[in-house]
Amino acid sequence: MREFAVTLLVAMLVAAPARATRTGEPAPAFALSTASGDTVELARLRGRVVYVDFWASWCTPCRRSFPWMNELEARYRDSGLTIVAINVDKRREDALRFLRDVPARFTVVFDAEGRMPAAFDVKGMPSSYLIDREGRVAAVEEGFHDDRAAALEQRIRALLERH
Amino acid sequence: MAIAVGARERHGHAGRIGRVCVRMLAALGVASVAGCATFDPPKPWEKGDLARPSMRLDADPLAARAMAHVYQSKEGAAGGGTVGGGGCGCN
Repeated sequence: MREFAVTLLVAMLVAAPARATRTGEPAPAFALSTASGDTVELARLRGRVVYVDFWASWCTPCRRSFPWMNELEARYRDSGLTIVAINVDKRREDALRFLRDVPARFTVVFDAEGRMPAAFDVKGMPSSYLIDREGRVAAVEEGFHDDRAAALEQRIRALLERH
Repeated sequence: MAIAVGARERHGHAGRIGRVCVRMLAALGVASVAGCATFDPPKPWEKGDLARPSMRLDADPLAARAMAHVYQSKEGAAGGGTVGGGGCGCN
């Protein structure tokens, strides 16, 4: 019986889930391709503030976050912000249909295998990770809330001002 | 275990049945733990298939509304088709 208990304990420890991406830690590296086939690599965006957003065509709040991200991109691109929206749809057509409805004027990449959301340990859809110029996660945002957008923008502006 | 042994000394046959029961319960426990290891709920980014219209319990929203309307009028239970409240006829 004691042996069984020890085995169970070991099994539980081994099966412990991957650690969540926390603020202050380096963001997981990724290299994903856009619809046109270009590769976007996080490591090559070092020196810029990167806003990584995980989205899917079936995610309703994502629909509301896109216009906001379009605005962000337009306002802060020249100050050093890059928005990378990672699509996690299994079918590319679903994502493209969404993009026809809700145009994105920022970088959109595709990860149908879901490797990156697993690496970032995404807890809900959408999820966003604000990454500073040194490649560290500065803020994690779960879901999209209109009333939190202003504070998030403030956060982005503060990161942009830091060199 | 000591309890089971004591029971066998005192009650013989009944004690043996008790021991078998304990063993079966233990086996069941082990089996259910193994079930936990294989059960892997979909991750937040894997819910696309669950969100498809074909996954709805009611195939057609309009037909579902009509059914609910008929149910409510036949049963005299306005709002009774859902979880919260209803049934009093006061809404």
